[in-house]
Amino acid sequence: MIRVDHLTLRLGSFSLRDVSFDIPSGKYGVLMGKTGCGKTSLLEAIAGLKPIESGRIILGQTDVTELKPAERNIGLVPQDGALFSTMTVRDQLAFALIVRRARRDLIGRRVSELAEMLEIGDLLDRYPAGLSGGEQQRVALGRALAFRPTTLCLDEPLSALDDSTRCQIMELLKRVQRETGVSVLHITHNRSEAGELADVRLELVDGKVESRNGKDG
Amino acid sequence: MSEATQEIRTGRSRAGSDVPFYVILSVISGTYVLLIVALLVADVMYMAGTPTKIISSEWAPLLSVVDPILAALAKPEIRYSIQLSLISCTTTAILSLIIAVPIGYLLSRHQFFGRNLIDAILDIPIVLPPLVVGLSLLILFQYVPQVLREAVVYQIPAVILAQLMVACAFAVRTMRATFDQIDVRHEQVALTLGCSRFQAFGMVVLPEARRGLLTAGTLAWARALGEFGPLLIFAGATRNKTEVLSTTVFLELSIGDLEAAVAVSLIMVAAAVIVLIVARVWGTRSLTL
Repeated sequence: MIRVDHLTLRLGSFSLRDVSFDIPSGKYGVLMGKTGCGKTSLLEAIAGLKPIESGRIILGQTDVTELKPAERNIGLVPQDGALFSTMTVRDQLAFALIVRRARRDLIGRRVSELAEMLEIGDLLDRYPAGLSGGEQQRVALGRALAFRPTTLCLDEPLSALDDSTRCQIMELLKRVQRETGVSVLHITHNRSEAGELADVRLELVDGKVESRNGKDG
Repeated sequence: MSEATQEIRTGRSRAGSDVPFYVILSVISGTYVLLIVALLVADVMYMAGTPTKIISSEWAPLLSVVDPILAALAKPEIRYSIQLSLISCTTTAILSLIIAVPIGYLLSRHQFFGRNLIDAILDIPIVLPPLVVGLSLLILFQYVPQVLREAVVYQIPAVILAQLMVACAFAVRTMRATFDQIDVRHEQVALTLGCSRFQAFGMVVLPEARRGLLTAGTLAWARALGEFGPLLIFAGATRNKTEVLSTTVFLELSIGDLEAAVAVSLIMVAAAVIVLIVARVWGTRSLTL
């Protein structure tokens, strides 16, 4: 479950006031909004990367409002991936587990599992510089999912992709969400993505979140 | 159609040849580059022109360049000065990085009260006349306990401190620019993946900053090698004690030994070129790793 309760957030010249919404456990939530309306800031606030003025954020059964980003159990995929340029794909997938001091064999197994799920087995020894947009998104997704987070936050994951890659990644997102059962918050300015993917559709208009219907809406 | 529109439409475009643009740019750039090269060539030619003991050899010009350098290298006080230069410059470069990394990072990533003031203060060593830096250091040490004063002023620590004051300011500028270029989202992602601030910095930001670290270190090293004014005032120019290569050039000149001064200058040129090449090669290699 991703629940945001009366969240207020200051963003330079304007602010998001009293934002509330709710995405049930294991559902795919898509938050739409125009460019510059504060979507990314809202995502950052949920991940604990931006201070909030008031309100609560509840992920799963936990109130994470006061927790550090590391303790929130969120997998974050920023726009265009933001991969670590000095690490191979393998190291990026293993990163969260290395930080958690997981056993080496466990890390190896998890990396192969992710590589298989995301179809990036051939890329494991490559650096991000040589990867295509779609490949970068897959790696970023794998990096975010490695520690089995309860929540996955995606910032415009499809916006920089060409049409055919876009369809592939869209299918992949659906499959990954089904296989892992993670709750997803996907933000985008594109309505067709929402129609294709969303169990829960939300729209950020003038600093307020309005609920729309799901896939059938 | 209005008269104005007609005039615009029928007016001839004045986009002429691109040649003058590039000629002007090339001449200005070329003049400066040539000036730099000419400086070095002049040094070598001056040495080649001076008479040598073995006049008959066809290698005479080469020998007359190499001879004074070997002679300089043979002098114990110049060997000492080379040694102290290498040690003090390397120490300064390392200390500069240790200071520049936190300052550069804080300035690049955080907005805080007094940030602009601190930013301006950090430029002071760059704009101050070097002699003033040295004099101010000397005055400052009038206020510290005598034990510390005696351990630093006119001693080797004064050499390093005088070099550090200016070299570090350049390292700070470089590191700040480096951190500005590293996407802040990389460390944010690292934080969500379970890192502490220290881990995110050590595992993600520093590795991505390595080229900047190398540049900042090289720049600080080179600045330290060339430092002279503050050194002369704060550390003195005592042979076999606080004499570094730039002081040697000055001391040799002051006793009228131009040949030795130029020879030591060429040693400094060689040292600087070696450091630049090592940094370039190492920098490119770590990029393609």
